[in-house]
Amino acid sequence: MSDSVIALSETSDGAIMEEPVYAVSPKKLTVWLFIISDAVTFGAMLFVYGYLRVGSTDWGASFNFPSILNGLIMTFILLTSSLTMLASVQAAKEARTASSVKWMGVTAMLGFIFAVLHLREWAHMRTEGWGISQNPTGHSVQFSAAYFSITGLHLLHVTCGIIAILVVAAKFRRGHLTAEHVVTTGLYWHFVDLVWMFVFPLIYLLNAVR
Amino acid sequence: MHEAPSQPVVHHHTPPQGFLRKYVFSLDHKVIGLQYYALALVAVFIGMILSWLMRLHLAWPTLPIHGLGVLSAAGAPQGVMTPEYYLSLLTMHGTIMVFFVLTNAPLAGFGNYMLPIQVGAEDMAFPRFNMMSFWVTFVSFLVLIAAFFITDGPPISGWTAYAPLSAVGGAAGPGQALGQTLWAISIAIFCVGQLLGSLNFITTTLDLRTKGMSLSRMPYSTWAWLITAVIALLAFAVLLPACVLLILDRVAGTSFFVPAGLIVGDKLLPHSGGSPLLWQHLFWFFGHPEVYIAILPSIGIVAHILPSFLRKNILGGTRTVVGTLIAFGFLSYIVWGHHMFLSGMNPYSAIIFSVPTLIITIPATIITLLMLGSIYGARLQFDSPALFCLGFISVFISGGISGFFLAQPSIDIYLHATYFVVAHFHFVMAVAAIFAIFAGTYFWAPKMFGRMMNETLAKWHFWLTFIGVYCIFMPMHYIGFAGNVRRYAAFTDDYMIPLIPVHKFMTIAALLTGAVQFIFLYNLIHTRYWGKQAPENPWGSTTLEWSTPSSPPPFDNFGGKAPIVYREPYEFAEGGATDYVMQTSPEQVVSREL
Repeated sequence: MSDSVIALSETSDGAIMEEPVYAVSPKKLTVWLFIISDAVTFGAMLFVYGYLRVGSTDWGASFNFPSILNGLIMTFILLTSSLTMLASVQAAKEARTASSVKWMGVTAMLGFIFAVLHLREWAHMRTEGWGISQNPTGHSVQFSAAYFSITGLHLLHVTCGIIAILVVAAKFRRGHLTAEHVVTTGLYWHFVDLVWMFVFPLIYLLNAVR
Repeated sequence: MHEAPSQPVVHHHTPPQGFLRKYVFSLDHKVIGLQYYALALVAVFIGMILSWLMRLHLAWPTLPIHGLGVLSAAGAPQGVMTPEYYLSLLTMHGTIMVFFVLTNAPLAGFGNYMLPIQVGAEDMAFPRFNMMSFWVTFVSFLVLIAAFFITDGPPISGWTAYAPLSAVGGAAGPGQALGQTLWAISIAIFCVGQLLGSLNFITTTLDLRTKGMSLSRMPYSTWAWLITAVIALLAFAVLLPACVLLILDRVAGTSFFVPAGLIVGDKLLPHSGGSPLLWQHLFWFFGHPEVYIAILPSIGIVAHILPSFLRKNILGGTRTVVGTLIAFGFLSYIVWGHHMFLSGMNPYSAIIFSVPTLIITIPATIITLLMLGSIYGARLQFDSPALFCLGFISVFISGGISGFFLAQPSIDIYLHATYFVVAHFHFVMAVAAIFAIFAGTYFWAPKMFGRMMNETLAKWHFWLTFIGVYCIFMPMHYIGFAGNVRRYAAFTDDYMIPLIPVHKFMTIAALLTGAVQFIFLYNLIHTRYWGKQAPENPWGSTTLEWSTPSSPPPFDNFGGKAPIVYREPYEFAEGGATDYVMQTSPEQVVSREL
């Protein structure tokens, strides 16, 4: 990433640059644009899910209570991690570096627990005979295809988020990165959390065995 | 010429020293722009040769083509291509041209080179992302080209890769095994490159403009690249997961796009519950905006170049031009269904998609009429960039008019699978964008290479190409109306046999017009190394790319100083020694009454 461009607008105090539109810095703007683009990607995946589900005559219900409970716990953990990320961003803005790094550590840990619970769920389903093109209940295989591809994409985002948070925390602690990096990392993490708020009801709750 | 006042900036951008950083993994937006341009140039000649092969086969189906058997022994035994191999070439022609030429050159090529300079920045916002975006695109190109060299050859499902043909694997025909997988991987990688590029374009335009370069003072081309980047950011974000799902269908046994009970090659496929229409929706939700990803930068480039040769601004000015571009961008997202009138979707949907398709002709008509109307009362100069701009308007109108026909489902049902559609999209998107690329090349060569293109060769190039493309594509309307179907390797039906002489005419025209492009290639290469030194501002233009201290511009574009912008982008006025006022000129001038 080029730091030179940031330095240009910051050191010159806006004298040689046109004021940024809406006063958003390039890094923050780019993260927002990425989030918009990524939201469209998730939107497309959820559209695929909806399209196949509406067109199916044999969808069936797939999740028993233990799976739903596991999903609820995962949701609770991911929501909490957004809160701890918020604490880290706040601390970074107030120049309390140690506190910010500590909260990022907690966030990464919560993200890690989320990922472990998720993988445990997957492993459990594998033993029951689920696969990306196998459905042991005998209903439409489209459910498992949508389930594994959408939650897989989300898990990929969570994993990238954990790595990003750890890298930013380490570099921020040594003063190599600024508070803005913490803010933009936080933006991304909240987005990953927000996506789960769509995935959980649409994929888990709508497929619960009643 | 006025001495442009500017403020000193802290110089933190040092030119790279090593060969790799300078020419290969360069972070300089100018080098990256030229890399994209060079990639598009290689791609366009490959694509053109593919079209030659196809046209030769259509006119003389039994004629052996020497060397084709070497490329694919199975696809062209004794040099005569099989119907399947014809489809392979068709697929590769479409994919290479749409992705690696029409997307790469007007947007990524010229955009990378000119956008930062036109807004007065010293580079893109994120040079490393920029470098990655090119090399990702390059890898994507290699993966696609690799399909030529595998046993089965390239896929046969067309550039739209319609499911289930594209989703069921080798059973569907030659090229549908590994070839189709390579295609899907290539396009998925291409999406990543375009997304990285779009982020950079938008951020650079919004955040790195120099002092005084307000949004309303940005040149038309900058606006077009900005709006196109927004379209690309959303469109490729849909194609990427679509390609990943297609790959899953092919390698992981899922059935997103494959229905139940499908029998291919006398075998019942184990898939169930998917929908081929789903692929069409995802693909065209990307695919229609993609058409505008090709044409909007072209409109922007033409609107940017024309004022320098009209010696006046385009009628309507920035607000109208930008307004039409934004209208294009918005409407491009709600018309994708007009590619699917024949797909079996609900006929009522066809009406829903038909209306915005007709509405989109309104901004297209406005921008075209504004450009044409601007010629009235102008002191039009017929230099080669201007000729190609006028050529652009001509083919854009010719292709646009057939759009009115095709937008109506009842007519489209008859014409959709015929050469009428081939004529339509080649004129309105392909040839139009190519003309804009030529205009941009002749216009900016003095800036990019510091040398003037040979004007005599350029004029020959223009007139022969202009006449040539009309000879190739105009008859296609006629044979389309006569019912000549497209995507056929040969025309053996009784009612199509009388049309074969027309095909022969178009083939000869295509061979000649293609050969003329080597004049351009020679001119480009000769200019790059041995051309006549270009003056500082050969066309008397006003925008920031003509305010750099040298041509090509130095590594940081403005020689350690940031320009200050005082004026609108296209001010042509009497006063002083020139009839134009640079954007960087602070002096008062009297505007010429128009």
